[in-house]
Amino acid sequence: MGTKRHFRVWRGDSAGGDIEDFDVEVNEGEVVLDIIHRLQATQTPDLACRWNCKAGKCGSCSMEINGKPRLGCMTRMSTFEEDETVTITPLRTFPVIRDLVTDVSFNYEKARETPAFAPPPGVAPGDYRMQQVDVERSQEFRKCIECFLCQNTCHVVRDHEENKAAFSGPRYFIRAAELDMHPLDDREDRKEYAQANQGMGYCNITKCCTEVCPEHIKITDNAIIPMKERVVDRRYDPLVWLGRKIFRRDELDGSNGSRGENMAPSTSVGVTDLAQGGAFPTHRGPEGPEVREDGKMDVTEVTLPTQGGPSPFGDQQFPLPSDRVSYQQPAQPPDNDH
Amino acid sequence: MTTARIERHHYDVVVIGAGGAGLRAAIEARLAGKRTAIISKSLFGKAHTVMAEGGAAAAMGNVNSRDNWMVHFRDTMRGGKFLNNFRMAELHAKEAPERIWELETYGALFDRTKDGKISQRNFGGHEYPRLAHVGDRTGLELIRTLQQKIVSLQQEDFAETGNYDSRIRVFSETTITELLLDGNKVAGAFGYYRESGEFLLLEAPAVILATGGVGRSYKVTSNSWEYTGDGHALALRAGATLINMEFLQFHPTGMVWPPSVKGILVTESVRGDGGVLRNSDGKRFMFDYVPDVFRKQYADTEEEADRWYNDPDNNRRPPELLPRDEVARAINSEVKAGRGTKAGGVLLDVSTRMPAETITKRLPSMYHQFKELADVDITKEPMEVGPTCHYVMGGVEVEPDSAAAMGTVEGLFAAGEVSGGMHGSNRLGGNSLSDLLVFGKRAGEHAAAYTDSLAKRPKVATSDVESAVVTALAPLERQGGENPYTLQQDLQAVMGDLVGIIRRAGELTDALKRIQELKLRVAQVGAAGGRRYNPGWHLALDLRNMLIVSECTAKAALEREESRGGHTREDFPAMNPDWRLVNLVCSLDNSGDVHLERKPLPRMRDELIQLFERTELSKYLTEDELTQFDAIEGPKGDARVPGVRTDPSKTEAK
Amino acid sequence: MTTTATRPGVGPNGPQRPRAAITAKTLRTDRWWLAPLITFVGLGAWVAYATVRVFMHKWYFVEQYHYLTPFYSPCLTDRCVEGSALFGTPLPSWWILPEAAFTLPFLLLFRLTCYYYRKAYYRAFWLSPPACAVPDGHAKYTGETRFPLIFQNAHRYAFYAAMIISLINTYDAIIAFRSGDSFGFGLGNIILVGNVVMLWLYTLSCHSCRHITGGRLKHFSKHPVRYRVWTFVSKLNVRHMQLAWITLGTLALTDFYVMAVSAGWFSDLRFVG
Repeated sequence: MGTKRHFRVWRGDSAGGDIEDFDVEVNEGEVVLDIIHRLQATQTPDLACRWNCKAGKCGSCSMEINGKPRLGCMTRMSTFEEDETVTITPLRTFPVIRDLVTDVSFNYEKARETPAFAPPPGVAPGDYRMQQVDVERSQEFRKCIECFLCQNTCHVVRDHEENKAAFSGPRYFIRAAELDMHPLDDREDRKEYAQANQGMGYCNITKCCTEVCPEHIKITDNAIIPMKERVVDRRYDPLVWLGRKIFRRDELDGSNGSRGENMAPSTSVGVTDLAQGGAFPTHRGPEGPEVREDGKMDVTEVTLPTQGGPSPFGDQQFPLPSDRVSYQQPAQPPDNDH
Repeated sequence: MTTARIERHHYDVVVIGAGGAGLRAAIEARLAGKRTAIISKSLFGKAHTVMAEGGAAAAMGNVNSRDNWMVHFRDTMRGGKFLNNFRMAELHAKEAPERIWELETYGALFDRTKDGKISQRNFGGHEYPRLAHVGDRTGLELIRTLQQKIVSLQQEDFAETGNYDSRIRVFSETTITELLLDGNKVAGAFGYYRESGEFLLLEAPAVILATGGVGRSYKVTSNSWEYTGDGHALALRAGATLINMEFLQFHPTGMVWPPSVKGILVTESVRGDGGVLRNSDGKRFMFDYVPDVFRKQYADTEEEADRWYNDPDNNRRPPELLPRDEVARAINSEVKAGRGTKAGGVLLDVSTRMPAETITKRLPSMYHQFKELADVDITKEPMEVGPTCHYVMGGVEVEPDSAAAMGTVEGLFAAGEVSGGMHGSNRLGGNSLSDLLVFGKRAGEHAAAYTDSLAKRPKVATSDVESAVVTALAPLERQGGENPYTLQQDLQAVMGDLVGIIRRAGELTDALKRIQELKLRVAQVGAAGGRRYNPGWHLALDLRNMLIVSECTAKAALEREESRGGHTREDFPAMNPDWRLVNLVCSLDNSGDVHLERKPLPRMRDELIQLFERTELSKYLTEDELTQFDAIEGPKGDARVPGVRTDPSKTEAK
Repeated sequence: MTTTATRPGVGPNGPQRPRAAITAKTLRTDRWWLAPLITFVGLGAWVAYATVRVFMHKWYFVEQYHYLTPFYSPCLTDRCVEGSALFGTPLPSWWILPEAAFTLPFLLLFRLTCYYYRKAYYRAFWLSPPACAVPDGHAKYTGETRFPLIFQNAHRYAFYAAMIISLINTYDAIIAFRSGDSFGFGLGNIILVGNVVMLWLYTLSCHSCRHITGGRLKHFSKHPVRYRVWTFVSKLNVRHMQLAWITLGTLALTDFYVMAVSAGWFSDLRFVG
């Protein structure tokens, strides 16, 4: 029932690699990810590839198929000609781990730097009231499955590695837009943040992010451009400025909104935790214990009271001393050291 | 091959699993001031929770004000065929609304009602519209919200300490292969980074399991590769027990065509919004399958059923909205009777029931999914659907209030799909998302409290670490061993064919024999290649978990000689009230084999059992229990909670 | 996410991990170069035509029917022929000075800073990038973060100017319904009106307009009227690209028609008068 088709798959790791040729059976109704699974089951059991839901909902199987960033599970084989060679490569923008798997930590670091939702003060859980028309814009962006195809295809970082420190990428512009349009979000400096810290000015709206989005989020039209316009509102528009002066009010100016004092600097480039800067005085990376010739640990090493490396927090106290926690702390017996 | 260097970390609470339950537990543990690690088998935020589409059930009463926790509790018990742990069902029904509201403070954006509250939708088995939802991507919203809450906690920590990871850290693409004990106390967890193959040892006095289900042992399943029963197996090996493992939920409507997307779910809201099931003769067959227990609530005629969508107060609901096991069984019977499609399913049709625009508005991702994956336009043609392994009701036996695992182990907690008891023999749609919030929070809270109660930190023994290393490296040292993919396929065939939706004693005995054979073969499994991101090796390690869990399921399924919820025995087709008193509990004996024992179900508190009518109870309870019920009901028969019983005007006025 | 920090060899100061070693610049097999090529040729041809026409200084007005080409509206130099200058002639007649010296720069600015045209020329002319997943043609890239491209943010000013110019064009189209001193109506009127309608649609579908009318609000529910306007503009906005090209076409066509009638290459098809 199936026919043999020709595939080219990039195999290798950070030390280098090459595109290898395979002939694989293809059946009716299959997608590219099925072919990769067949390759794993029949020819290359150690071919590395991320996947999870196989239904276009989790955004794990991002890869480049015939040079285009796609989800492997959403690319039907019927979209190719019978005799067409299909070339599958890992995402180019991120460091490769092995085969089709890349290190996407860049995105998670940028996510950590984007200020989180600021709940409105004084509104109890259960008392949140929002109108459907008000939440719809943000809901569009919350469809994002974090496949990072937009991050991968954006030429700002794809072709210019040096921009990674200053540029957060489309995924985090829609996050900023989502929160800026959230009816109850208490922060109002998200536009400034997007411009100053996320590097929105790097975007030249060539719309490749929108083109590759598997969820069909209108990233450029509905998030980036409105955010750029919101920056213009504050910085460049004469009429808006005048209107604000005359009517002494502005939709965008909340009077009780908080300002972003604790914004994190955007500096990480996705390879390490540069963002944390190693500045935390007691921070030391955990270390592995010495191992013997046979690859096993020395017995004494494991039986020591402080085994292996130090705790990642640089302290050996347990539980955490109460002055180091910011939340409810169970009652503790009085401590003589104080 | 790299040397066996082991990276070590110290934490207070280690959460294994980064789905809804795991993240909620981690948030709670961190809020309690505990240094928390989250172990995720895939990337952060890719958990299987994203697949949940319908919504999260919580009796907020936003759409129908008659809804309250007691009605929700009753629906849950009814859906689980009274085998649920009543206390878990009670806590769940009581706390679910708070957990949902809490999500809004984390930034979740649910669909709204006209007055700005969270909108709630109908779902099979729920008496009132109860599911908080966001289109048909509620699971994604939930996971993203929790993920972003964790990020926001990390930002607070960064502001304070200069380090995002100082109090809560996510280990993504990391698998735990072994829990390490100090006597009976949990002392740590051992595992490997999938990416590099390097080992890591997390020393922690409390471990929360939130690893999800076991569906990957089945041929047709909606579950992702992660669902290999890791948490179930870790718990067993640590001395905890599993209950209700015979109960697996087969989602009635998974895609059966095209073959490459076999198993992907068609959300129940397709039926809730008006979709109907037809066999290949075009007959709307569900009317023939309404069990007597449900006759009162479900329509007899197509006309009444169709009226219900617009006027639910004066009509009975369509039989397409029966609990999912009834629907799964009905579809199975139709297909076996030769009235199915060529691919072995039935037709689910919305195209003739609603205008195309309404369909794309109400079911956007369903439409999108069928269009992109299968090139099927659901606004123009019906879908081909059939039963798919979807959810395991059974799991780690836990203490209801604290989510602490039972058995001999201390310091182990479980929440979400990996825990058992809450859903009884069958889970209602929408109850899993609220389950993982309610019990995720409880697990985090109690794990934190447990660490405080310890006088000293349990220690990891050297020998345990060494043997964990040897076990983990074993498949790599058998480069010529058997292919793990072949073994997985064989196991899936055994489970799918012999321990599937309809079970027989002979087949189950056969299955157990084959599982024993597979055990020997899995002991010889080999993995080609090295340790860096090697999926063959990962699968080889997961196989032994899948096998133990499959053995539990098969043994329990053979033992339980009745049909109830997610367990259907062809040779014992009826529900037996005597079996309702019994939970089947699995544990591991010293030789590593599964040991099964019967354990009585806890007795429901008086005020809870009084929420039900005697006529309904008489279908589930034994004569003795009914006598007891009459005894508590008799003297204070009028002291019921008003408005809670099935409203007579609603079900009997016709 | 955070795990990389503790991997051997990769610390805060460790070496950067390389990307996959793929030699081909792009592996795209479709004709990705076609779209930028068409844009390049289309925009290039139009700019060439417009430049030639603007500096021709003739054949821009049909006195008999009062047809004025949008390229010369409003006509402001001493050279302007009788009847074509509605706002006086404050400007001298240097050849370097276009007749519509006050409006053309704004129109140019409006289109240059338009969010659609930016995409089009960044891709087709600047090759930054020529197409998705095709390498950028430049070694360094700073986007619109600094001079001169930061002035793309002036789009809002240009939009306000374009609104005024659209009003002038509308006025031109209305007063063109004449034949000598009485009412008249010919094919030229249809072309002029069609052009103006398209210009309005293009101007209103602008992203800045979408933002001003409602996009900047946080709560639509509190501004039902602006929400409806925003919904309407949003619908137009989806067609912004098509409208951008259509208006280039209608502008050139209108101008050519006026030039041809004015030069006497053919005469206007009259329905009335």
